Amino acid sequence: MAGPSEAAIDYSRAFVMEPLALADWLVIAPVPYCLIAGALLMMLRKNAELQAKAAIIGLIGLFVLCGALLAHVVENGPVTMTMGRWLPPFGISFTVDVLGAILAVTASIVAVACAIYAAEDVDTTGRRYGFFSFLFLMMAGVIGAFVTGDIFNLYVWFEVLLIASFGLQVLGSEDRQIDGATKYAFLNLIATTMFLVATGYLYGVFGTLNMADIAAQTRTIDDARPLYTLAALYLFAFGMKAAAFPVSFWLPASYHTPKVVVSALFAGLLTKVGIYALARTLLMLFPDQRDAFADVIAWAAMLTMLLGAFGALAQTDYRRLLGYLVVSGIGIMLAGIALATVEALSAAIFYALHSMVVMTALYVASGIAARIGKSFSMNDLGGLYRSNVLFAAMSLVLFFSVSGLPPFSGFWPKAMLVRASLDASASGLATIILLTGFLTTIAVGRVWAHAYWKPAPETMGTPAAAQMKMTSLLPLLALVALTVGFGVFPETLLQLSDSAAAGLLDPSAYIQSVFPAEGAVN
Amino acid sequence: MRTLIFRTVAPYLSTLMIVFSIFVLLRGHNEPGGGFIGGLIAASALAIYGIASGVAPVRRAIYFHPMNIAAFGVVLGAVAGVVSIFVGVPFMTGLWIYPVIFGVEVPLSTVLFFDIGVYFAVVGTIGSIALALEERDEI
Repeated sequence: MAGPSEAAIDYSRAFVMEPLALADWLVIAPVPYCLIAGALLMMLRKNAELQAKAAIIGLIGLFVLCGALLAHVVENGPVTMTMGRWLPPFGISFTVDVLGAILAVTASIVAVACAIYAAEDVDTTGRRYGFFSFLFLMMAGVIGAFVTGDIFNLYVWFEVLLIASFGLQVLGSEDRQIDGATKYAFLNLIATTMFLVATGYLYGVFGTLNMADIAAQTRTIDDARPLYTLAALYLFAFGMKAAAFPVSFWLPASYHTPKVVVSALFAGLLTKVGIYALARTLLMLFPDQRDAFADVIAWAAMLTMLLGAFGALAQTDYRRLLGYLVVSGIGIMLAGIALATVEALSAAIFYALHSMVVMTALYVASGIAARIGKSFSMNDLGGLYRSNVLFAAMSLVLFFSVSGLPPFSGFWPKAMLVRASLDASASGLATIILLTGFLTTIAVGRVWAHAYWKPAPETMGTPAAAQMKMTSLLPLLALVALTVGFGVFPETLLQLSDSAAAGLLDPSAYIQSVFPAEGAVN
Repeated sequence: MRTLIFRTVAPYLSTLMIVFSIFVLLRGHNEPGGGFIGGLIAASALAIYGIASGVAPVRRAIYFHPMNIAAFGVVLGAVAGVVSIFVGVPFMTGLWIYPVIFGVEVPLSTVLFFDIGVYFAVVGTIGSIALALEERDEI
């Protein structure tokens, strides 16, 4: 036990001695913030009314924190805080670069929108069973994954968000929810196990878990053979988390079962964490191995896009169709990782941000459609255009945006990706991206024709909910405004995603931030 | 399970286990023990008391809902990490003070409070599961 009499120890060999700027606390702040907020809401769970308000305000606070973090990172480059003051690589480092920060900001926007929607969608029982606590816990996991600079810690945050997502998924305890949750949990556990196996092996090879340390070592290692195994394991594990072909089947099987707001959260956040982890490991930690696997990733990307688009075409259920669109979007992000030029990656990151906002908005739209029409099936829905024109118009914007039509936010990343793949003479990839866009347009066109345009069927009854309160459209309105805004003025986001992509491809600033003096230890 | 012997012994046994769990918790900083194992012992104490005399007396005895105890533990643990913001060192840095109480130097630290947070989180979580299972048993 460190007593006061032992003051003569030289702490500088174990501790970071430089005083820490208060602004650097932004690196860690969102995570304990979410944990504390979630725990407090759990204590308040009897008070359903207060809980929703507190959660919305709390998540707006989270958005402010993440926004401040992004501003800090854009201004100063990657920022590191090593927990417990231990010198990296021994302490657990949280290192935030532009990529992590901008994903965290978008995630918090999605969470705010979902919380506002949940205030109407989640009943008192759901709240008492801890919907908002789970939401905060999941946000802690998601943001923790985006900001951590330690690969085992990344695993921990994956676990945190998975546990919270299991809780969210079975909220309501219907049979089909349990069914969906079983598939979801089981297949995710396989991916998590692979992740853990890979991480154990990685520790055996490098003797470190600090990502900056690993990134520095993989570029100078003598015997690179184990790294191919590692990269393949990570590709499989995160590919499964991200729902890439051929391990994507769990997503359409489970995303249509929970509450709409839960589907919206999952679609916006979870698969993107997988993509983020894939980009972080393959591009920053194992760049040479990624080059060797580029063809595999490209094939996976193409098949994921096509599977998603064809799957969407085959569906008659609004929510199931959206599940396939999530998968198809993952393929587009994978295409960026397969090409791995600054432009392609920047497009993939832009697309990830776009997809977070738009997929969440689409699920929210499906929920509102089901609230008006009392069904998710396109056969039973109809006349939504008649019953609420504003809602229909917003849905149309989202349909265009998800298909990649201008002037909405889906257009730019797709255009950039097509150009990048043509530059890299990967015309197959470019063709598939365009074909997927076309198929997606047909798929969502079908939704529009059936659910919105067609006259309301007899079974639907009178559209009682047509005079919907403005507040229930508010989250949708905000998300639609974002996709329109970033479609019309993409410059800011393009600059951010460009610098995020550059930071992934050249991690010297990232490494510098963790090991300021000596470049890299060892 | 509700034999006379078990019902008579259970309160004493539970009390002893709770006291022992606190001992294990406090011992844990330098020797085997700590918040997690201490919490497990305390949760088993609740479970044993529940088996002997039914769940309702246990719920009355711990006063707070186990979930609230767990949540309190999480808050305590997180706050123990955040305290270091006031000293200008990173999150979760161990900070020590050495107040002299009744002539004895008592080392107190944020690490200890984190461990107590873990203790409550484990007592709350495992206790909540155990009590829910026992309640199902009574029907």
